[in-house]
Amino acid sequence: MERILDVKNLHVDFKTYNGTVHAIRGVDFHLNDGETLAIVGESGSGKSVTVRSVLRLLAKNASISQGEVLYHGEDLLKKSEKEMDNLRGNKISMIFQDPMTSLDPTMTIGKQVAEPLLIHNKVSKADALKRAEEVLRLVGIPNPKARMKDYPHQFSGGQRQRIVIAIAIVDYPEILIADEPTTALDVTVQAQIIDLLRELQQKIGTSIIFITHDLGVVAGIADRVAVMYAGKFVEYGSVDEVFYDPQHPYTWGLLDSMPTLNTSEQDRLNSIPGTPPNLLNPPTGDAFAPRNAYALQIDTEQQPPFFKVTKTHYAATWLLHPDAPKVTPPVSIQQRFKKYQAWLEGDVK
Amino acid sequence: MAEDRNPIVQVKHLKQYFNIGKANEVKAVDDVSFNIYEGETFGLVGESGSGKSTTGRSIIRLYKPTSGQILFRGEDISKLKNRSPKMKKFRSEMQMIFQDPYASLNPRMKVKDIIAEGLDIHGLAKNDDERTQRVEELLDMVHLNPEHMTRYPYEFSGGQRQRIGIARALAVDPQFIIADEPISALDVSIQAQVVNLLQDIQRDRGLTYMFIAHDLSMVKYISDRIAVMYAGKIVELADADEIYNNPLHPYTQSLLSAIPVPDPEIEKTRERIDFDHSRHFNDQQRFQEVQPGHFLYCDDQTAAKFK
Amino acid sequence: MEQVPKIPKEKFKLLNKQDNEASESLGTPSLTYLQDVRRRLFSNKVATACLIILGLIVLISIFAPAVAPHNPNAQKVEYSNLPPKLGNLNIPGFNGMQDMGGKEVDAYKQVGAPKGTYYILGTDYLGRDLLSRIIYGTRLSLIVAVLATLVDLLIGIPYGIVSGWKGGRVDTFLQRIVEIVSSIPNLIVVILMMIILKPGLTSIIIAIALTGWVTMARLIRAQTFQLKEQEYVLAARTLGESSTKIASKHLIPNLSSTIIIQTMFTIPNAIFFEAFLSFIGIGIPAPNASLGTLLSDGQKAFRFLPYQMWAPAIILSLIMIATNLLGDGLRDAFDPQSSD
Repeated sequence: MERILDVKNLHVDFKTYNGTVHAIRGVDFHLNDGETLAIVGESGSGKSVTVRSVLRLLAKNASISQGEVLYHGEDLLKKSEKEMDNLRGNKISMIFQDPMTSLDPTMTIGKQVAEPLLIHNKVSKADALKRAEEVLRLVGIPNPKARMKDYPHQFSGGQRQRIVIAIAIVDYPEILIADEPTTALDVTVQAQIIDLLRELQQKIGTSIIFITHDLGVVAGIADRVAVMYAGKFVEYGSVDEVFYDPQHPYTWGLLDSMPTLNTSEQDRLNSIPGTPPNLLNPPTGDAFAPRNAYALQIDTEQQPPFFKVTKTHYAATWLLHPDAPKVTPPVSIQQRFKKYQAWLEGDVK
Repeated sequence: MAEDRNPIVQVKHLKQYFNIGKANEVKAVDDVSFNIYEGETFGLVGESGSGKSTTGRSIIRLYKPTSGQILFRGEDISKLKNRSPKMKKFRSEMQMIFQDPYASLNPRMKVKDIIAEGLDIHGLAKNDDERTQRVEELLDMVHLNPEHMTRYPYEFSGGQRQRIGIARALAVDPQFIIADEPISALDVSIQAQVVNLLQDIQRDRGLTYMFIAHDLSMVKYISDRIAVMYAGKIVELADADEIYNNPLHPYTQSLLSAIPVPDPEIEKTRERIDFDHSRHFNDQQRFQEVQPGHFLYCDDQTAAKFK
Repeated sequence: MEQVPKIPKEKFKLLNKQDNEASESLGTPSLTYLQDVRRRLFSNKVATACLIILGLIVLISIFAPAVAPHNPNAQKVEYSNLPPKLGNLNIPGFNGMQDMGGKEVDAYKQVGAPKGTYYILGTDYLGRDLLSRIIYGTRLSLIVAVLATLVDLLIGIPYGIVSGWKGGRVDTFLQRIVEIVSSIPNLIVVILMMIILKPGLTSIIIAIALTGWVTMARLIRAQTFQLKEQEYVLAARTLGESSTKIASKHLIPNLSSTIIIQTMFTIPNAIFFEAFLSFIGIGIPAPNASLGTLLSDGQKAFRFLPYQMWAPAIILSLIMIATNLLGDGLRDAFDPQSSD
């Protein structure tokens, strides 16, 4: 599979009055052609900053202090602002969380959807509007021809997010970056938008980077998953590997703290105690160690490297070191292991 | 089973309209009735705009109900005057936990004064020492340190702020707490902390909760009974397990089919049920008990089918 | 990445941590809101400079009797229209020389002033010391500014809060009044006042009091509308807090930035309004000086004795610019979102 995006050793700093916040502290990932990569993490973990660095859409006080963002082998961090403008909204486009603020309230949606085409492709206005109509139909806006003359406030929240997606895909981008696109929506609408993204991916073959804090959403949309904590990836692998064979205690904690429909009220939820570290002074050891029930002595002294679990699955925890003691993960995680084992054995047969 | 329990809150035909008589009249809550029994957690689920938060705010009398009755311990509180002694007593018996941990604490007040607000209003601390001591106890109850008393809200994380909000509500020693989406603004790893804390407090102090949320898996976990609200009406009400195992209303079914589950296998095979929003209510329908303890908003024919 | 690092075995022991007290601690130093505001204000060099300039001007006006070299209203007709002279220092413009019929003449010698007589900013047509008049004039202008601010605070704030908090019919009624008041030009109000009252400080203050609070009331009302939906205000209501307590504990502290900033714009407006009235001759009556009357007098002789207008004009501009820039600085300082 071709890697269309390859991010290497990315470091991003934010300058604030209190000092420099090391928001991204060395992130490596790649995106394969046609896949969906989900980046999961809590607020402040750096997942949004990571993808914004790819498009160089960072705040003024942010700087990419190290790293490379290779798009078809070319480093986007070395491109001029003008070259970036040609990529944004064209080859790589982005969907944001809030559909209301992503749309211009004073412009008809037909024009807004056609705009990227007019900027990038130099097609005629009539052609652009025709294409806009097609795309609006594709994202499931009923009667698009008539509705193109309407303004954003005349649509419901879910429809607005569909329009935002239409704007993002009107030029058939190679990469679609979706930053929490369903967080502001109701569950039933969220389900529809996820279905839509999956469907679009099949139709136009876009690769998607999907950012979310909701593991349930990830399970539904991702091919591969990366879990982020305190400015670093802690675990990544295929969706089955991360959900059924998680190795990092933080991934365990995330999966374990969500009640499933089978959790009864008598079972106590397992919470991750404490709060994430302040990245003004990142800890020397593993950033998760202070909240980790499985912390080792070494965790407080040295950051764990990535240990290989399978060819596609890596986790940054000292527990995978050959000398580390065997620990018993939470019950719900053990159940996941069992399910996976049974599955693998089934495959062998 | 419900009959032998003691209702702490009885809502009867509550209507809450806004902009009455104007072009933009909104029937936020349109004739809902239900009971909440002592010691239980009553979950109220719905999507944005369904009227679930408005229902909570009407019960705690942030709004004056348009019509209907709200009985708290048998007494109608829907018509209490704002400055009456009865109202003041009611204000200490029912409390609320809010959604947004950033907007629910006054940024210009120290944590100590935020938590002590209820103590001051109801004269629950005789002097400064007692006030400080009470605040210390409350902070301890929500697992915060006494040193946090002199800090300002913005220095705390979302989860910590939410616990400060819980301490403020507990200060007046209420019996009934309305939690209005208390965890929806928090990170996953923090949600469980707050939910566990709420359950511990409920057990220790024998509290009754009304838990308003849109996150159905969390509501299912925390609630004894669940009401599903849609377009200002309660469309279904039953025990938590019953709602999940045997949903009768098409809207409930649609809602349940959309919950994302952190399990790729379930997600890949899930069948979503669409709900037709264009025709949901008609005149023949009413809220009625179709199976013991299972209420449904439907017409009589449909009801007969389930009986 | 693939290599397994060599680590001593004993490092791999499980830490059994039961208490997570440490992770509840707050990483940042405790800064109160006001400390934060101060830090942001002083990091703004322009605003800090303006604050110092205004501070000096205010101090000088307060101690005017001690600072002013002469009695501002004492006339010495023989010394009229003397140009500025700063001791015996021979600084051009401050050496007592005057252009008379194309020749530089020492004006002080001409009127026969004894040695050691000098007026730093010169004298006016009645021989009054201009510097002293400017100091007293500034003082008077600042008094007008303080009173206008008081009116803003005492009428504008409560009016805005009541209107915003009550909403509904009360709000509609109060806003109609605001609209009526603000639709009448200030000047007309003043001229009508002059028919009843004598020109002077009182009528200027009354004129400002009648109309000056409107902007503040509008701003406060809009803010109150937002604040009353904030969850901490709802929380106070569910706890049974009375409306007056909610106003004093929750609304006013959170309105303080709006109040301070609006005040910073009220001050120069009031000063300018007074100057304007005095300039057109319906303000402060003679012989008392205000920045406006000084400008008015100076303007009459501007072509021949430009210094008589320059000095008060510079002071007036300085006050106006400084308060405006300080207002901007304060607005940024009170906004926690403003970047550093």
